[in-house]
Formats: sequence, C-alpha cells, structure tokens
Amino acid sequence: MNIIDIGFFAAAVRLAIPLLLGTLSELTSERSGTLNLGIEGMMLAGALAGFSTAAATGSLWLGVLAAIATGAAIGAIMAVLVLILRLDQTVTGLGVSMTATGLVFYSYRLAFTETGTPPSITPFSTIAIPYLSEIPFLGPVFFNQYALTYIAYLMVPALAFFLYRTPAGLALRSVGENPQAAAAAGVNPIRVRFLALLFAGALAGLAGAYLNLAAFGSFTFGIVAGRGWICLALVVLGRWNPFACAAAALLFGAVDAFQLRLQTSGSVDLPYQLFLALPYAATLVAMIFNGRRTAGPAALMQPYDAERR
Amino acid sequence: MSEEVPVLVLSGITKTFGNVIANNAVTLEVRRGEIVGLLGENGAGKTTLMNVLFGLYRADEGTILVEGKQIHVTSTADAISLGIGMVQQHSHAVERHTVLDNLLLGLPGSNGLLDKTSALQRLKEIGDAYGLRLDPARPVHTLAVGERQRLDIIRALFRRARVLILDEPTSVLTPQEVEGLFSALRALKADGVGIIFISHKLNEVRAITDRVVVMRRGEVVAGVDNDDTVTNLSLATMMCGHEPERVVRVPHQIGDPRLVARGIELDSHGSQSPLPINLTIHSGEILGIAGVSGNGQVALAEAIAGVKLPRHGSVSIDGVSIDNPSPAVMQKAGLAFIPEDRIGAGFVGPMALKDNMVLSRFSDAPFSRKGWINWKNILDFANMQIAEYDIRPPDPRMPVGLMSGGNQQKAIVARELAFEPRVLIIAQPTRGLDVSAIAFVHRSLMRLRDSGCAIMLISDDLDEIFQLSDRVAVMYENSVVWETPIETATVSTVGLAMNGSLPTQDAAA
Amino acid sequence: MRLVARTRKTSRVREAMLPVAAVLASLVICGLLILIAGANPISAFGIMVSAAFGGKFALTETLARSAPLILAGLAALVALRTRFWNIGGEGQILAGAMASAWIGALPNLPAPLLIPCMIVGAALAGAALAALPATLKLKLGVDEVVSTLMLNFIVMYVMMALLSGPWKDPLTGWTDSPDILPAAEFPTFWRGTRLHLGVLIAFGAVVVIGVMLSRTTFGLSMKIVGENPKAAKHAGLNVARVTLFAALVSGALAGLAGAGEVGGTQFQVIASISSGYGYAGIVVAMLARLSPAGVIPAALFLAALTTGADEMSRQTSVPFFIADAMQGISLIAVLVAMTLSRYEIKFDSFERASRS
Repeated sequence: MNIIDIGFFAAAVRLAIPLLLGTLSELTSERSGTLNLGIEGMMLAGALAGFSTAAATGSLWLGVLAAIATGAAIGAIMAVLVLILRLDQTVTGLGVSMTATGLVFYSYRLAFTETGTPPSITPFSTIAIPYLSEIPFLGPVFFNQYALTYIAYLMVPALAFFLYRTPAGLALRSVGENPQAAAAAGVNPIRVRFLALLFAGALAGLAGAYLNLAAFGSFTFGIVAGRGWICLALVVLGRWNPFACAAAALLFGAVDAFQLRLQTSGSVDLPYQLFLALPYAATLVAMIFNGRRTAGPAALMQPYDAERR
Repeated sequence: MSEEVPVLVLSGITKTFGNVIANNAVTLEVRRGEIVGLLGENGAGKTTLMNVLFGLYRADEGTILVEGKQIHVTSTADAISLGIGMVQQHSHAVERHTVLDNLLLGLPGSNGLLDKTSALQRLKEIGDAYGLRLDPARPVHTLAVGERQRLDIIRALFRRARVLILDEPTSVLTPQEVEGLFSALRALKADGVGIIFISHKLNEVRAITDRVVVMRRGEVVAGVDNDDTVTNLSLATMMCGHEPERVVRVPHQIGDPRLVARGIELDSHGSQSPLPINLTIHSGEILGIAGVSGNGQVALAEAIAGVKLPRHGSVSIDGVSIDNPSPAVMQKAGLAFIPEDRIGAGFVGPMALKDNMVLSRFSDAPFSRKGWINWKNILDFANMQIAEYDIRPPDPRMPVGLMSGGNQQKAIVARELAFEPRVLIIAQPTRGLDVSAIAFVHRSLMRLRDSGCAIMLISDDLDEIFQLSDRVAVMYENSVVWETPIETATVSTVGLAMNGSLPTQDAAA
Repeated sequence: MRLVARTRKTSRVREAMLPVAAVLASLVICGLLILIAGANPISAFGIMVSAAFGGKFALTETLARSAPLILAGLAALVALRTRFWNIGGEGQILAGAMASAWIGALPNLPAPLLIPCMIVGAALAGAALAALPATLKLKLGVDEVVSTLMLNFIVMYVMMALLSGPWKDPLTGWTDSPDILPAAEFPTFWRGTRLHLGVLIAFGAVVVIGVMLSRTTFGLSMKIVGENPKAAKHAGLNVARVTLFAALVSGALAGLAGAGEVGGTQFQVIASISSGYGYAGIVVAMLARLSPAGVIPAALFLAALTTGADEMSRQTSVPFFIADAMQGISLIAVLVAMTLSRYEIKFDSFERASRS
C-alpha cells in the first residue's frame, strides 16, 4: 500500500482542521494575556455537546451551535476564575480541563450506558466547491472538504484581519502586551480578556464538534486525546501569528494522518507513537531556538489588578 | 470676573486602601485655561487623587463634576470620553508597538477599522500647534524617557482632553526638556485646556502654575494664587505643616578610603558610550549621587553591590579588592545595599517580618548551623530590632507587605545596620515617607556616618543630597560627570551637571 | 465586583479551614451530580466512605493508592513553592517507572542490590527529566509551563513505542514490559495487604521534605526564591542554583512514585502505569496548601475518591468518572478558597455614594 497519495493529503487537511481551530483559539486567548490550559477540556465538552445535540435533534448544525455555546460557557467560567478572582492561570487551566473531562465522561456514561449501543449520527458529508475542486491535486485535497473546513479556512485571514486591522484587535494585542498601558488608553483589560476567552472557548468547542460531527462521526472517550495540548504547542511553533499557526496545524495534521496510516497499514516497521510525540518535540526545539527572544505576548500569564500599588 | 463654570470640580473625594486613608474628603477645582499646581510630599495622596479622577481607582465617596455636570468615572474609558487626559509618572505604553499603534489604541476607528490616515493627520496638527513631534513608525521601546512622556501628552491631546493631568512630569526630564514641556503647556493653556500639574518641586510649581493647591496626609491643607507672595519657604511650610527643619551639617572627622571603585563601565545610554567611573568614599563620609532619575544611578549601585555586574571595573573595600563580586560576596566584605524598590527587591512581602530581618544572613551563625535553622535566634533577633527601632506593629510574624512604607523602611534600615556595615549604599531612602519617618532615616544615616561607615546616598531629591552629603557626584547618561565637595556645590551647578553640561570654574565659584 | 486585598493577617484557624471548606463545597457539587444520576447522595457517599475506609482491606488499599499521590503531591509542592511550574510530574513518574522496571529486570545485578538500585535509578531518572526544563528556563528563559507539559507527552509516546516494540512482553505479546525479577518486587510489610515498601517511602518522604522545608536553610532559600526572586538575588542567594535544586528534588520525588508503582503494584510497566498521578499531584499540593503535612490527608482524600467511586459505580447508577470530576472541582474550589483568604470581594458603592 502506498502511504503517500492524494487521499493522504486530503486526510491530512481533515485532521489539521481541529488543530487549526484549537490553535486559533489558544492564539486568541494568549494574545490577550491568558494561557488557556482549559482548552483540552473545552474541546472535549464541545465534542460531547455537539454529538449529543446532533443525536437528539437530528440536526448537525444545531450540534455545532451547541458545541460553540458549551465551549464559550466554559470559557466564561475560566474567565471568572482567572480574570475576576485572579487565580493562577496554570493551575486553574489544568483544573478546568480536569473538571470538564470528568464531567463529560460522567454525563456520557449517564446518557449512554456501557451496555447500550450509543446512538449514531450521520456526519457532515463533503462539499466539492465548483471549479476549485477540479484543480489538480489542490482541488481534491483542499476543496472537497466539509463545510466546517471551509469555515476554518476563512477563520485564519479573518482572525489576522481582526488582530492587525481593527481597533478591537489592537486593543486585544495591547492588553496581552501591557494591560496597564491599555487601561491608560481607555481600554478595559478585564473586559477584553474576558471576551477573548469567550471567543477562545467557542472556537475550542467548534474544534471538538468538528471531530465527531465531521471527521469521525462518533463520540469516544479518546476523541480529543491530547489535541488541545498540541494546540498549545502549535501556538508556540507558529509564534503567535495566525498564518504561521495555520501552517503548523497543517504540518501536524499531516503527521497525524501519516501515523494513522502507519497504524492501519502495519507493513512498515516504524513505531507510530514516535510520530505522535513529534509536535511536542518540535515545540520544545522551537522554544530552545526562540530562547530569550521569546515571541510570546509580554503579559502572558500576568493577572491584571487595576489597584495594585 | 464672570462666574464661569469650572471645567473640573472634585469634591469630598475619599479613598482608602485597607486601613490607610489615601484621600480624605479632598476638594479641588480647575478652570478653563488654568494650570493648577498640586503640591505635596510623597505619600500625600496626590497620585491617588488623580488615579481616582482618571478611573484607575474607585473612590469610596465623593463627586466629580465636569463642566458643571456630575459624572461617574468607573473606568479610564469613561474619563477619556469625558475629556480627561493623564500623563502618568511612569509612562504606560506598549513597548513592542509603534508610536502610531499606541496612539490608535483605545480609539474607535472608522467603519470598524483602524484609521491610520486621520491619526497621522492629527499627529501633524498637534506637532504644528504645540511643537510636540514624534516619528509615528518608531517602536516605543526605542524611545527615550522624555520622548515617551511626549507620547503620553500627544495621546491625551489626540482624545481632545479638556483637562490634562501631569503627574511629576519633570522628574524624568533634563532642564531643557522641562522648558520644552512648559512651552507646550503654555500653548495648551492658551487653547483653554485646564491643567493639573503635580509636583513636589517648588521652583517648577512656581514657574508654571496659576494657582497652587497643597496636600498633606491625604487632605487639602491650602490653596493659594501663585502670585508674588508665594515663596519656596511658604510652600514648603504648607507641605510639611511646619517650617522645614534644616539639618545643618556639622564638620566631622573623615577617615581613610573605605570603598574604592575603579573603572566601572556601565552599559551605554543615549548616544555616547559612558565614561569609566572612579569613586572613593572614605570612612565617615557620605557621598551623594545626584542626577535625573534613569541616568545610571541604579546601575551604578547594583554594579558595586554585585547585583548586576558592569562591563568593566573593580571594587575594593578597606584596601582589599573583591575578586568575584556577587551580592553574597559583597555582604561578606561588609557592604550593605538598601535598594530603592524596598518591597520588590529588599523584602519578601508575604513572608513574616522576622524572616525578612535575616533575609541575607540566615545561612550564618547564630541563625543557622550546618544548614539547620535556629528559629528561636531569628525570633529573638527580630524582637530586639523591633524594640530598638520602634517598628510597628511590633509583631514579628506580620507579613512585611502589610506594613506601612515608613515601617518597612525602618525595618530594612534596622536589618542592614544591625550587621554594622563598613559601606552602605542606599537609594531614595525617603521616597514615599512622611516627615517623621524621613527624620528618622536621616538621623540613622548621620549616626552611621559618625560611626565610620562609608555611605553612598542616591537621591533624586537635591535637598536631601545637600542636607546630608559631604561630597556630591552627579550622574548623566551613565557616567559621573562632576564630583565636588558639598561646600563648593550649589543647586545651580549641580543642576547644570545633571543636564550633562560641566559647570565651569565661574559657575562653580 | 472586584477583589480587594485584605490588610490584616488571616488567623491560623481560618487558614486551616480553607481546604476543608473547599472539599465540602466540592462534595455538595458532587452530591448534585449523584442526584442527577438518580441515586441518593447520602447513601452513595456512605458506600464511598465504607469502600475507602471500612475494614482492613479497604483501608490498606486506600493507603496503597495514596502512595503515588503523596509523592506526586510532594513533587508538585516542592516545585510550586519555588515557583518552578513543574507540570511535568506525569512524565517524571513515567521516567521513574521505566528506569525501575529496566533495573528490576536486570539479571546480572546481585539480588540485594536490585531494590536500592531501582529506587535510586527511578529518582535519578525523574530528576534528570526535570533538570532539562529547569536548565532551559535558567539558561535560555524557556517557559517551563509549556516545556514540562510537552515533555509529558514526549515521554509517554516514547514509552508507548518501547512497549509496543523492543519492550513488548515476549510471553503475552501485550504492550507491557517484561516482569521485574521476583527479588526486585518491593516487600510488603503487612501480610495480605498491598502496603509495600513504596508506601513507606512515600510517608518517609513527607517527613524528609517537611523537615527540609521548615528547618533547613535550603527550605527557607526555596521559599524566598519562590516568593520574590529579585529580593532573593539582592539577599545574596543563588537563584539559579536554588531553582535547579528544587526542580531536581521535585523530579526525583515524582520518579520515586513511578518506582513504587512498578516495584510494589504492577511489577512491570503497563501503558496506564501512572494514569494521571502527575496531574493529580498538583491537586494534592494545592489541597495541602503547599504544606507537606497537608499532603497526606489530601492524597488520602483523592485515593479514597477513586477506591470509593469504584465501589459506588458497581453498586449504584453513578458512573466511576465522578472521581475525575471531583478531583478537578476540588482543585478549583481550593484555589477559590485560597484567593478569598487573601482578598475580599467588594461591590462598588461609589455610584450610590455620589448620587446621595
């Protein structure tokens, strides 16, 4: 079996999309100054909300909406904890992920017991974009995908445009660099960071919904399986820039697709697990090379306290 | 005079931080085209009041009227939209962003987009009208301190401020830059902008303001028109509540050289690379280091104390040269360093007072033996110091961060003096302290000097330098540009040197 | 609504009550979850308590399960006290587990040396894994939150690759490492229970770390560096050395947790040898409010949660995953409680005052 064919590249794009959405989510919150370690839990909660809503209503799009709302709701909780109560971002993020994971598994087990068969949904089917999908190679790889994929494509320039061309985007970047300066210019850092976390939660929820409503068509306990943590890594690799982050997501979508093929082909004697470790190892190397000239937002992980004297 | 509605009225503003009353029923009025000097010692509550007005702090009580209408400032955005602009003591700008981006920050934009074209246009207008110019493409981290302040003023004007607050604007400027600032302020005044000029520098307040309001201990104690009857002495008396006590230096014995620093080269600052610094401080001598803040005083202190090593240079104490300087080595050699940022660099805020009292000594006897801590000895030591220096509250388990600034300074002075240093470096020893605490610190320094310690006193406050020093060295752009016995120095010669121009023989005479 | 710092010392009683209040709050939330599952919370909690503490077997099982949690909790505590954000406990546990399983299966090592070598090897492996992010932080300024997290996954996937490749159990063909030698199995000190040497090590570590933090200059140095590195530097402490030392101790403790699981419980490396102990360690450390003595009740609480939830899910309709949820909820609850001890929430009265 040939591992690298057009189908492989299409699969790479398919697997890159949740990473892309999650990475844009993490990028947004980090650019505003919040390290969101809750992303893993948000993606998982989005996946379950999307799946169960779609299963109950029969509408995939309602499922997508439910996933977005669930992610945003967890984002709001995280925001209250780290922005209003100023809890430590690292430990709180882990706590949010732990809690969300526990609650998702708990409610999934309650809703669909071990013995019963879980409901199945018919996932999104691909839509070939007229003309574009007929371009050799690029067409079948990029333009015969799900509607959610096309939305994800559009998110990249949209987010970049927002960050670099709009007053709100400038405010978001400034709050992540120096919240005191933003406050002195009339921007409310807490409000900006709150909205950024809401948006980040919504995107993370959407990423989760994509996994079972488009990519896999079912919910399993391992559906997210660390993809949230990978997004954390991809933001570092993409140096907090939407386009570079998208490229990093595509690259590791390909790595993911490659290791899946390795697993199923069984013909090549290469441990696929090492490919799973690749994004993390690459991030570590990238961080070593970035060194002190860190590209990250200057106020990342620093709580903002207006009355600090 | 017509009964014009004042552009700004603050009345009955009260603000507390925990049990510290920072503002107590403060009332202040500013008319159109008026420059009001807000005068007071450090800690008098001037900055707190302005932060309340600008929406950074929220007052516990009080009302604010802008052009006769009562307003509720709950955020800086409110304040800005009401026409209040603020230039803070330390510039708040996003380092990595350009001047233009910092000006655009917080503006609504047009059609949802950043409006760079009209911002550039407005920048040019402000430059033409007030002589305030900046290159919009420069990233903020490349700007000098004075240029950052200009950015803050331009930013306020961008938002068409009708009231402009300047908090200690001259403390980071050279005399020439101060003149440039003043001419811009006069142009603004002519355009009808009301200006609040916060300072504790009497000459400047008298030079630029129309009216002076004096605050003391969180309250307004006086408000006078700035006319011929106002003198430095009358203002100082209002600030302190009594005629300021002038400690007259009595001649005293100066001994052998104790601290000798040779060829200390700091990082470059501004255009020129700094000159090597050579300093000698004798036993029983206080060397005052004067200079506009940010001209290398901190770097020099940290270099000698081993905190941040200079590019070149050597230090010796009592003739013994120090080979591998580090804070620990310098302490062993008998040097004590009391940094300006006491709570940030001198103490561990959340930790108990008793532990902070041995912060640099707990590894030595009698506080520990072979790595085992003797908590009882630490407690006894702390109690002894608390009693001797009257540190309040007298609770060795009190977290230092919850103590008042004056008591923190007492504690740190107590700690460093307890180990009988041969050399003391102390930076801004009285910043933010009230009158009685200042007197305490000054007395302690005098006593230490009399016991033979060599003291390096870094202060932005020229009065303090002249009060205590035996000699004065002036720093400019990371070099010592002038050094002289205090008897041959005057405020004007030192001021000239602070500006980088060496006083001539004529001026010094 | 905003937070205002308290200006008075909080009383010791109040401080001690915080984690208790947090646990109670999370119990209430879990009671609601149990209600949703259609069970009676009171009787469900009853089942949990008796499964975790009722009788010799239950009690010793909970104690045995608490061992890795105690060590992982101490590991997190030592690091967090020094503000070295080691969230790489999971990877360090796996490293310790692999090292001890490898040493424990070495046929040429004299039998009496096996167990000491396993313990030392595991501690060294954990410490080495923590040394990497610590060095990167100190030399290059690389943020340790992300680097330690990344290392967790790198170590995990390397372990999985080993288990499905070179280390695959030759007898069963499963993705488990070969069994350690019988002489390498940790002795149990109470016949018929799982109270093995690893449990003893865990409790011993609490004492050692407790004494180190409260009685030695090392402990005080770590506290000073953690609370205010700038002041530590001014006071003449070697901040880099103290941070590195804390990272090494933290990693070694996590490594020991891995040794205990291999030597005392599994006798081999299996894919789920740690199952999140590294992350649970952070929960333990926070519940203990970073005090070594508090680690024991905190670890027992989490251990009881898992043993109790196991039994509860067998007897009632409540899924086992309630233990996972509760772990996260109690972590957040204790964080909130700690913040409320340092701050109070103020609702603004300015508008009201100014209107009057």
